[in-house]
Amino acid sequence: MSEMLNVALPKGRLGEKVYAMFEKAGFECPSIRENNRKLIFENPEAGVRYFWVKPSDVAIYVERGAADIGVAGKDILLEYAPDVYELLDMELGKCRMAVAAPKGFCDNSRRPLKVATKFENIAKRYYASLGRDIDIIHLNGSIEIAPILGLSDVIVDIVETGKTLVENDLCVIEEVLPISARLIANKANFKFKQRDIRALADSLQQQINNRTEVQS
Amino acid sequence: MDTYVMSREELVSYKLRTLYSRYGYSQYKMSKFEEYELYVRNKNFLVSDNVITFTDHSGRLLALKPDVTLSIVKSGRDVPGKVSRIYYNENVYRTAPGSRDFREITQIGLECIGDLDTYLVSEVLTLAAKSLKSAGRHISFFQSPDYLLEISQLDVVSCLLDSLSVNEELKGELLGCIGEKNVHDMARICRDAGVDEARAQALQTLVTTYGTPDEVFPVLLKLAEENEALREPIEELTHTIDALPEEVRESVRIDFSLLNDMTYYNGIVFRGYIKGIPDGVLSGGRYDRLMRKMDRTSDAIGFAVYLDRLAGYYTTAPGEFYDVVLLYDDMTSPKDVSEWVAEHVAKGERAVAVRDVPDNWHYKEVIDMRGGKSDE
Repeated sequence: MSEMLNVALPKGRLGEKVYAMFEKAGFECPSIRENNRKLIFENPEAGVRYFWVKPSDVAIYVERGAADIGVAGKDILLEYAPDVYELLDMELGKCRMAVAAPKGFCDNSRRPLKVATKFENIAKRYYASLGRDIDIIHLNGSIEIAPILGLSDVIVDIVETGKTLVENDLCVIEEVLPISARLIANKANFKFKQRDIRALADSLQQQINNRTEVQS
Repeated sequence: MDTYVMSREELVSYKLRTLYSRYGYSQYKMSKFEEYELYVRNKNFLVSDNVITFTDHSGRLLALKPDVTLSIVKSGRDVPGKVSRIYYNENVYRTAPGSRDFREITQIGLECIGDLDTYLVSEVLTLAAKSLKSAGRHISFFQSPDYLLEISQLDVVSCLLDSLSVNEELKGELLGCIGEKNVHDMARICRDAGVDEARAQALQTLVTTYGTPDEVFPVLLKLAEENEALREPIEELTHTIDALPEEVRESVRIDFSLLNDMTYYNGIVFRGYIKGIPDGVLSGGRYDRLMRKMDRTSDAIGFAVYLDRLAGYYTTAPGEFYDVVLLYDDMTSPKDVSEWVAEHVAKGERAVAVRDVPDNWHYKEVIDMRGGKSDE
């Protein structure tokens, strides 16, 4: 049982896509496709155990070694800087971290900029690199309404299609960085399960390459 | 020796101290306090930079030691031609990463300070591997401990980084990528900075090459052929590893993603892992740079074992264990019982008198003196 590969998958659409890739790589676990509320699935024959966790918790499971590997967004990795290996850019769940403001926004550089965000560390680092003094307002959701209600001047958030922004009369004014899902591994467990993890990573890399070829 | 009296932590610490002392290391005992200034000057050397401080009667700001190595370096003297072999077993006070609460941590480790040669470095690596083996025996998951000693050579990494001719900020970013084995972002950074492709490729090769010495050496020798500056550090690494006893060499994995702070460490650095513990339990390396910063001329290498990281993983004894158990009741003479207990204890046995034996007790022998009868 100890030799099972433990995988933390992010709940949701991204996790399903990731599982499909893992399945193709030979780590199948058919029971995971059954429609039920179970969170842990294992297939002793393939030597793999999957569990669904909240996307922002994947890095914690991996850093603490409850999962050997997992897939987490680059946003989470930059925000919480877990001590893990980042083995692969899965090139899934692509989006960008951006600064958005109400249309026609003009930065008043004589006072600190009020920034509402879920990603405090990313925002702080970004504005520090610009030398801009900011006042951070940490929110856990519905970030878009902060500028509308005058709570903040701008927001720093993940933008996928930009639809939510448009519906709330906001627009992207600066891009902070591109985001995508990454394959991460616990540093200690990686050393003891290196062969499995490397084989998996190689197969995933192959699938990613094939996908890019088809697209181009 | 009645080792059953010891907690697992005490037992591991006792075994490690025995091991170090057999290899000619002597214990170094020090005060619990140190002047705070020592830590301010060397903040990045510490695992966490939070320190418990207080003022003494003369107004000096003191700290409860968060680290042992700095105190050893500070108080030692350089004697040309002399090598000092020291081990310590001390409590240090620091916060866990991501936490603000202080904890008392028992740390055990050793330092080898003086004119270091290939043998001395390999001796320290050997002791590191033996420490892992010894501590691993008490970890729950496996009967025969599975442990690894991961080794890197910082000069190889810094030589390759220097050859890229990028600014310090990018170097920092690249170091971050190396530590994460993050080849995709590393390639992107090199591309954006217009780094020479062959050099970027060499760095990528270094990061993606890890494993046993036999797997990694051929790749390293090829890198050394392509870049003359790498020859010396690579040879130092291969010669040291080849000097290890076979059993230790088998546990060695070379991995250049292991990075210690280069303002203090140089050359060979290493980390120890025991299967089942999701964190490194031993960390060490060569720290000549720290020595120079503190005006010492000797070279130095050492490591610490983080006993606190083992704590949650020890095998727990399945109940109590006794040599002899005596059963008695109201009919048994109390004097007989006390004489019996005293007699067995005097023989060096663990003996106990009870009216009833709990299920989870283990014993070699049981003597029934209930009803006043004597078994002996």
